[in-house]
Amino acid sequence: MLLEARNIEKSYGGVRALRNVSFDLRQGEVHVLVGENGAGKSTLIRILAGAVQPDSGFLSLDGEPLLHNSPRRARELGIATIHQQPATFPSLTVAENIALASESASLLRKVNWRERQRAARRLLESVGAEIDPRREAGSLSMPEQQIVEIAKALGGNARVLILDEPTASLTERETERLFAILLRLRSQGAGIIYISHRLDELARIADRITVLRDGQCIDTRDAADTSSAELIRLMAGREVSTVFPVREVPLGEPVLELASVRGVSFTVRAGEIFGLAGLVGAGRTELAETIFGLTPEPSGAIRVCGRQLRVRSPREAIAAGIACVPEDRRRHGAIGDMPIRANSTLAILDRISRGTLLDFARERSIASDWRERLGIKADSIDDPASSLSGGNQQKVAISRWLATAPRVLILDEPTQGIDVGAKAECYRIMCDLAANGMAILMISSELAEIIGMSDRIGVMRLGELRAIVDRKDATPEKILALSLGQ
Amino acid sequence: MKQRAIAIAVFFAALILLLALRAPAFFAPENLRDMAVTNAPSLIVATGMTLVILAGEIDVSVGSQFAVASVLAATLARAGMPLIFAALLTVLAGAGFGAVNGALVVWTRVPSIVATLATMAFWRELLRWITQGAWVQGLPPQFQWMGLGQGAGEAVIVSSAAVVFAVFAWMLRHVQAGRAVYAIGSSRESARLAGIPVKVVSFGVFIAMGALTGVAALLDSIRFSEIQSNTGMGLELKVISAVVIGGASITGGRGSLWGTLLGAGVLAVIAPSLTFLGVNAFWEKAIQGAIILGAIVLERAAASRVPTPALAKNAG
Repeated sequence: MLLEARNIEKSYGGVRALRNVSFDLRQGEVHVLVGENGAGKSTLIRILAGAVQPDSGFLSLDGEPLLHNSPRRARELGIATIHQQPATFPSLTVAENIALASESASLLRKVNWRERQRAARRLLESVGAEIDPRREAGSLSMPEQQIVEIAKALGGNARVLILDEPTASLTERETERLFAILLRLRSQGAGIIYISHRLDELARIADRITVLRDGQCIDTRDAADTSSAELIRLMAGREVSTVFPVREVPLGEPVLELASVRGVSFTVRAGEIFGLAGLVGAGRTELAETIFGLTPEPSGAIRVCGRQLRVRSPREAIAAGIACVPEDRRRHGAIGDMPIRANSTLAILDRISRGTLLDFARERSIASDWRERLGIKADSIDDPASSLSGGNQQKVAISRWLATAPRVLILDEPTQGIDVGAKAECYRIMCDLAANGMAILMISSELAEIIGMSDRIGVMRLGELRAIVDRKDATPEKILALSLGQ
Repeated sequence: MKQRAIAIAVFFAALILLLALRAPAFFAPENLRDMAVTNAPSLIVATGMTLVILAGEIDVSVGSQFAVASVLAATLARAGMPLIFAALLTVLAGAGFGAVNGALVVWTRVPSIVATLATMAFWRELLRWITQGAWVQGLPPQFQWMGLGQGAGEAVIVSSAAVVFAVFAWMLRHVQAGRAVYAIGSSRESARLAGIPVKVVSFGVFIAMGALTGVAALLDSIRFSEIQSNTGMGLELKVISAVVIGGASITGGRGSLWGTLLGAGVLAVIAPSLTFLGVNAFWEKAIQGAIILGAIVLERAAASRVPTPALAKNAG
């Protein structure tokens, strides 16, 4: 057994993050950890990587007890963690980043720059990547940075590689490349612990799968005889069919009409959810930004409820009845420092004011109303948004846009990084909105979500709309094939 | 950041208690009035600086703006302009300085620290070149204390500062623009997406900063019968310290004017209290620095005892 954890217990304050969890990793295997957000996955890998000490239980590596684990010791023993957000140093070169892990850490040692470059190039080649080691890490794309992190781990002679949701923001092709690298490392005898929310990809890579729920180890199974549906059932403790609500909504008048906006034309009607599928970088977010006035384009025409618009800023878009829940919640969504009530009403300052003076009573009543309607779990609307969980922060962001009473709602990756339960709630909210006559444009990279939620699906590739598929004709294979241009 | 303000308030109370026990003369009405009059102008500048810092910017040119505005006010008065017009022009000029900073920051996208560092040097050197270092002398008698006599003049200075502070404290909470300032300082991009006119608000904040500096320069200069052309040196550090001691986050979005009032109060009291306690005034700056450090250390210590909610929730 390469790495083993027995009877691990860990509590934060009064919350038991892990209860009697046991986990093991063999040489030359990919062991996948799945579970909702909050199930205990991150805590477990932090313990394995030495970042957090367990309250009780023990670890062993190669059968030897692993005592006094710390990030430094774990690294020395060959346990490397690659986080979802690459932790490269953006202003250092690729070679320097890699050298940080592999060269001796003495601060006064003379640097051999040529050798450093050579070593970096060799490591990058060994993972099959063509990245110039002289480039600054900050100039690399996210998947490239991830590959640099893997090369860095290998340079430190890692035998245990822990990857936390590495494919969350990768396109299908980048995911393929990552998998090829991981499979190669596996065949060389490395043990890989892999956390993912994307169940569809597990069959491709997993040898064994461990399901965590509420801090407990529910089951460890061979990947070969476990279906996605079964995994979801184990993770959620509820049936799959409840995830996507069934909708029968008669479609109304056209609400959003695009005529060659960035070369794309389609219509979304009242009550309709129009899904935009495609690989990351296919131009979906750019299209949404143009509709919302962030990157105005002179060509093409946008009509809302039959009225021709010329939106040059988000302000004008909001006034015209368009709302857009952006993709990057941390940067563009709920503002952590501000109380929930201020977050919910930020886009409607005019409506919670008399003249230019804020009316706090009106603000509170609107914010409380949305808290109730969206089921935002918070002790008080005066709490800062940063005190909420990811799913609830997303609901606060959505409430800000719904408060503007839009005719058109654009959702960019609405459920990225939130847990299964919160997802189901988001879906329910979307269905309610559509049933009340809103036109929804949903961008999503999750095939199941696109197919489960959309009435029609537009597939984009390389900035062009390649096809529009009806719900009844949509299959994952078909959407994926169109996205890949096959 | 509230802990920082609380730590400072505790320190402030301890200092007051010490003074009450050891040097009750500190609380003589003349002394208190003197401190209020000397520091009222800085409080006005600190009010503007709080807005700038809350909006996620900084303005290090306020000392130079202050000097130019002071000399301008005095020069206009000496030229025979009625005081009311001289005052209006001074405030307008301040707003103009602020507009230059705002335009540089908002439209040419120069980081505010760089832009205002440049205007700080520019205005200061321009003033030195024009005045050749000479003081403005021979002011008309109605300039000092606005011709009201010292008692009434001092009352005007202190009450003006109080009114300016109160108006801005109220506006920051009750006016849409105040909410917008917090939103922009917390997350410029989120604010823009929410339809807040980010550029207009940021520009406005710099203009308010400049206009308030003009008001402060005016109120400060009427204390004197002649005006130094190198006045306002180091003013920017003093007011930025007051804002930071008051608990505002230097990266924007967090803080309040009440914190700034506390910070300005502490800074105002240190130097005279040293005199009253018989400590060499030489120690003033060292103690000032120690207070800032002490407050921040205390705040960190208080914060680390409670597990951060964000961490606890992300666990697992």
